[in-house]
Amino acid sequence: MSVTAFLTDSTLCIGCKACEVACKEWNQVPADGFDFRALSYDNTGSLGHSTWRHVKFVENWALPGFGGNASEVFSWGFSSDVCKHCANAGCLEACPTGAIVRTEFGGVYIQPDVCNGCGYCVVCCPFGVVERRPDDGRAFKCTFCYDRQKEGLKPACATACPTESIKFGEIEHLRETARERVRDLEGKGFDDVNLYDPTDTSVGGIHAFFIVRGDPKTYNLPPKPEVPTTYLKKGWMSAGIAAAAMVAGAFLAFTGSSDQ
Amino acid sequence: MSISPERETRELRLQQIRRDAELRATSISELPSSSQVDTRPSNGHGALQDFEPAASASPQTGYYGMPLLKTPSWTWEVPIYFFVGGAAGASAMLASVGKLTRADQRMIRDARWLAAIGAALSPPLLISDLGFPKRFLNMLRVFKVQSPMSVGSWTLVSFSSAAAASAVLGELERRHVLPRIPVLTDVAEIGAALTGLVLATYTGVLVGATAIPVWNAKVSLIPIHFATSGLSTAVSVLELRGHTSSALNKIGIGATVVETAIGASLELGKKPATEPLHHGPTGWTMRVAGLLSGPVPLALRLLSLTSSSRSSRSDKLRKAAAISSIAGSLITRWAWVYAGRASSKDPKVPLQLPGPPRPDAKQIPQDR
Repeated sequence: MSVTAFLTDSTLCIGCKACEVACKEWNQVPADGFDFRALSYDNTGSLGHSTWRHVKFVENWALPGFGGNASEVFSWGFSSDVCKHCANAGCLEACPTGAIVRTEFGGVYIQPDVCNGCGYCVVCCPFGVVERRPDDGRAFKCTFCYDRQKEGLKPACATACPTESIKFGEIEHLRETARERVRDLEGKGFDDVNLYDPTDTSVGGIHAFFIVRGDPKTYNLPPKPEVPTTYLKKGWMSAGIAAAAMVAGAFLAFTGSSDQ
Repeated sequence: MSISPERETRELRLQQIRRDAELRATSISELPSSSQVDTRPSNGHGALQDFEPAASASPQTGYYGMPLLKTPSWTWEVPIYFFVGGAAGASAMLASVGKLTRADQRMIRDARWLAAIGAALSPPLLISDLGFPKRFLNMLRVFKVQSPMSVGSWTLVSFSSAAAASAVLGELERRHVLPRIPVLTDVAEIGAALTGLVLATYTGVLVGATAIPVWNAKVSLIPIHFATSGLSTAVSVLELRGHTSSALNKIGIGATVVETAIGASLELGKKPATEPLHHGPTGWTMRVAGLLSGPVPLALRLLSLTSSSRSSRSDKLRKAAAISSIAGSLITRWAWVYAGRASSKDPKVPLQLPGPPRPDAKQIPQDR
């Protein structure tokens, strides 16, 4: 089975949120309320236990030459965010029950019938994707439509995207598509296009990459995400030193005192 | 493969969502212009959650200053467990070392019971923190060395069994209910001490090896901090139970010296990731914890040395030091969890943003 991936091309995104709706409907994800956040047209905020696709709305001033906006209209940057399905996934490594697994399509999947809601994956995700659903207790995130992929179908969000901003396919093929698209845009004069795919950090690349205009930080995409297992060596070393020092200290105190 | 009618309806629904989106997109010219509708928050408004939204999304502020990471979902049980488990683990070690060095029998017995009581309290605390407590046994489905949560679960199970066995066997022997079974007693005793050492330290690795900036920035320190804190508590509880040997005071002095050094290093080592340790309520909580665990009990213990070890003045000073250490230790665990929560809400470190502690709407220029 080949490894699959998402390419979310925000230069094609029109901010319609069809991906959010399709995801909610297909996966029967509960509503997570309507909060007026006064942050552009975004009233969802971020990915979470009940938001597995999330369209970010970035307002820029009118950029002459791009998009044909009139000077009094914002130039919009929309980007549909999703779980990155990291090659080295912090959540998967952290999960003590083995509920989080790597599927045959290379995606990271939480088995809802195994998860016991310990919440450790929540603090181990460098992208802030996984979250515990309070009324349920278990952790949830994008399943990469594992059920649909098993039947040879595209994930719901990619199926519903009207502009094919969300592309789905074999990972290396999609990486090539992404590079071509960036070259193509650069040829057209877009000198601020970036492909977000952090392969040079400990997460070792992601299975959901993004084409955005401008700095990916604008979309809360971290420049150097690290899988938390990289801190284990230092931590256990420190634990070992602490344990040895405790035993040595106790020995010295007990043997060196006349009135034990 | 044949597709069920219900499945087909659901598939068609996805197509319908797509067509709806296409149709609505054609009316994009009806979008209001910025002069008609201002969707931006004015200063001081729109802060619906506990973060101050930035005026905009930009490379300097991130996405409207929204948190990038998720806040730890751990509830109050977790810092209490760190405290109880740490003290119990250190106490099992004290019982074992005490036995090897032929220390006071009553002290060893109390240390064993302290370990056993802590071992009994820990699992309920951890289980009640689970989102799905009925499935707590799923923790023992697998063993994953790369997951401190998995290592910790197995350690706790082993420790609880060993500490309980050690205390109960010791008691049965003492009351001559059972003849002495040296192998069994020793295995339980040493097993409790070894797993106790892991229990007292792994919690530091557990919080350190996460994506939370203030925790992973201090991954080398937290296990030592938690271990020292656990040892201090164990010694203090034994002293409050009336054990006044100078050995315990020596261990107490050693632990409070280390605590003082840790407090000083936390205070002096400033970097963006450790900001919650220096500013705001999280900073003050950590400072109070540091003072109660370090300098205060250290001074009291040193003072107690100036009078004879059996005097009531010495006894009072040591008991005061013990109470201070126990309170400091509990607040220490709480302070680390509290600092982690604050750290998770600040996108500045994961996004490598410059500037003020939190993106503040008032400080971001409105015109670019």
